[in-house]
Amino acid sequence: MIDALTVALGVAALVLAAWCGFAAYRDQPTKDWHFIGMAVVAVLAIVQLVIGVVRLAGGADPQQGVAIFVAYLIGSALAVPIAAFMSLAERTRWGSATVSAAAVVLAVLEVRLYDIWGGIGG
Amino acid sequence: MAGNTSNPAGGNPAAGGTEPAATARTGLGQGPGRLLVMLYGVFTVAAASRSVYQLIAQYHEAPLAYILSAVSAVVYAFITVSLVRGGEGARKAALVCCAAELLGVLAVGTWTLADPSAFPDQTVWSDYGMGYLFIPVFLPVTGLLWLRRARRD
Repeated sequence: MIDALTVALGVAALVLAAWCGFAAYRDQPTKDWHFIGMAVVAVLAIVQLVIGVVRLAGGADPQQGVAIFVAYLIGSALAVPIAAFMSLAERTRWGSATVSAAAVVLAVLEVRLYDIWGGIGG
Repeated sequence: MAGNTSNPAGGNPAAGGTEPAATARTGLGQGPGRLLVMLYGVFTVAAASRSVYQLIAQYHEAPLAYILSAVSAVVYAFITVSLVRGGEGARKAALVCCAAELLGVLAVGTWTLADPSAFPDQTVWSDYGMGYLFIPVFLPVTGLLWLRRARRD
């Protein structure tokens, strides 16, 4: 379950990165539709955080340690919302570029999360 | 030298360029700077949390690598704050730190390749930041370019 969500979130983050990157390329700020996209990705990341914590509480043991796992979960839940606020303050193409970069960071975090969780559960 | 030039704006009329904008803070954290703030913020968090965790949990394994990571975290944090604060003083300080960061990446990168035995574990700047998609090399160069341009604007 959490592996599937990690993969889905990684893909969603890359799509968001491409979408906002395209807006930056066309010299446009983030628009309402972009914010809806960011909200979807942010909600997925929060769901992942909740599931991860529940799994930990249930006795699951990430391969590379609980502290690192939780740190990455929190980081991936915060990445897109912070970038969204920065793009609200920056109504130029650079606001879009910021969201795009944050989404790439999120995708990298998901790859790392996949490793950290390891072969435990599915 | 006249002793009564108590101009509240603090500018010397003879020096030219006394428009109000001269005292306003330069927007280091705006436009392209916003993207830099985000990336420097990410690297501050990444390097700081990584080094704090490693210094506490496994200090004895590779003390040199973890201390270097902690140093890089401090540099990143300082540049992030400077970019957000803005102003000429912050710009100059950030310029110095970006140069130090670039030298650090190049030095540590070369060191890790020349003497791998000194580094049983990775640092943020190992192999020129290869583990971080080489962003640690590009970031200070971009930062230096941006800080140079911010002076002209």
